[in-house]
Amino acid sequence: MSLVTTPNLKAPDTAYAALLAAHKGMTEPESQALNARLVLILMNHIGDDAVLAEAFDLARSTG
Amino acid sequence: MPYDYRPFPYTPPPGLTAPEPRHKVVIVGAGPIGLALAIDLAQYGVASVVLDDNNVVSVGSRAICWSKRSLEILDRLGVGAKCVDKGVIWKVGRTLHRNAEVWNFDLQPEPGHKMPAFVNLQQYYVEEYLVARAMEFPDHISLRWKNKVTALEQSGHVTLTVETPDGPYTLGADHVVACDGARSDIRGMMGLDFDGELFEERFLIADIEMQGDYPSERRFWFQPDFHPGQSALLHKQPDNIYRIDLQLGWDADPEAERQPDHVIPRIEKAVGHKHFRLDWVSVYTFQCRRLARFVHGGVIFCGDSAHIVSPFGARGGNGGLQDVDALGWRLAAVAGGHDPAILNAYDVERQHGADENLLNSSRTTRFMSPAPGAERLFRDAVLALAAKAPFARPLVNSGRLSAPCTYPSTGADEPQLPTPSRPGSVAPDAPLPQGWLIDQLGRDPILLAIGQPAPKVAGLKTLELAPTPQLQTRYLGSAPSALYLIRPDQIIAARWLSATPAVISEAAKSIWKDRT
Repeated sequence: MSLVTTPNLKAPDTAYAALLAAHKGMTEPESQALNARLVLILMNHIGDDAVLAEAFDLARSTG
Repeated sequence: MPYDYRPFPYTPPPGLTAPEPRHKVVIVGAGPIGLALAIDLAQYGVASVVLDDNNVVSVGSRAICWSKRSLEILDRLGVGAKCVDKGVIWKVGRTLHRNAEVWNFDLQPEPGHKMPAFVNLQQYYVEEYLVARAMEFPDHISLRWKNKVTALEQSGHVTLTVETPDGPYTLGADHVVACDGARSDIRGMMGLDFDGELFEERFLIADIEMQGDYPSERRFWFQPDFHPGQSALLHKQPDNIYRIDLQLGWDADPEAERQPDHVIPRIEKAVGHKHFRLDWVSVYTFQCRRLARFVHGGVIFCGDSAHIVSPFGARGGNGGLQDVDALGWRLAAVAGGHDPAILNAYDVERQHGADENLLNSSRTTRFMSPAPGAERLFRDAVLALAAKAPFARPLVNSGRLSAPCTYPSTGADEPQLPTPSRPGSVAPDAPLPQGWLIDQLGRDPILLAIGQPAPKVAGLKTLELAPTPQLQTRYLGSAPSALYLIRPDQIIAARWLSATPAVISEAAKSIWKDRT
């Protein structure tokens, strides 16, 4: 399996709104901590080192 | 009762009055590693001189966790039973965040091994037992206390200048093994430096004596209420001695922290009462570093002189004994006339072992003492998740306890056989109808034939065994029978479903080569 980089969310705007909602009312450090927990939760859900490596590369090479 | 540190007698060495003949092996350092090596060599009939600048065993408990593999090695050296009898046997480790358990591990979930997963035993006891054992070889081990090496020269062989209370003398040796610890003088004399990381963290380490009913488990706290924001470790040792490690932070003043008026209040908070006696205190800084190579001509580095790790995986003392295990039989062969190139295999294998220990220790250190920023953020995220989400618990890293590595091996393999017993691995123990498999292995190469007759190979010992449930699981898997060639250090050299005597004989020869 390789990293899905094509659109994969059924309702992108709804999913994005849900991400923002998860951060609602948080200070910046609280948001950072939440993001860290999210990354760990999603890493475990993916559970595939090769996919994760592709994701780390993509994240590092953008932004 | 505090341990009774009895000085060992100094006797003037013969080299003070007349030149000594050149020795095959001189070992510098009579700690657990140097003593174990001297005994290993003596059991092969090889004589050595052991020099130590001091005349007592280790002051303070220092290395306390002895792994199953170390106990198997110590058993072969004749002190295993003593260590297990005196030590505190344990196999369960618990990790707590604040006051709630977030992770636990059982290091020996299955029965059927002669040795337990771990015993806790103060280094001074292990040294005491090894000294007593070494003294059973008066013709092979010359133990010289208060003999301090002050100079070293190499030109074909090694020449040492040794200082004693009666003045200096000179010792010549084909091989010098530096077992003189993390601050190795020999390393300094040779101008060699460690490569690797020094972590900016200080820990207070203390032995206390108290009457308590703490279970025989390893307990590790992240951010406990009694030591806010830091981490702590509690470990039980014999004689009602407990080891406590408290993280201090990099800005701590080590001299001030080791003073009783600083230490005692901290420990009172940790144990919740004042009824204890402070036995020993030290402050240390984490390091994870090693020499680039362990063999430098006639000088060989072994144990902490070659590599140092942060302490939470018990990988210092145990890693050192595995060095001894990989070196002893090869050095004995060289002393008997074998090509010294075989020592290269020690270097390759133990660099591999050291790298595994360094990797594990560095990762533990990163978790325990994260750098500000992302390291800290993710460490705290793991701890926060661990209480609720089972997936996060294996990410909690309070130390990955020492287990022997599998050496890189080009020995014949049969992938159908179980992975844990692949070539390069320690031969797994198993109960036999009488005794234990581990006691039948070692010293000389041996061909283990399970469920089939052993092919006859000239000069090779054989052991034929009928399959038992444990042998089936650990050596056969789904196969009905197999052959295992096992090295003098109980490492599996090669394995087959079946093999001709010619193939086995060739594999047995390659045990003595300079690469693995």
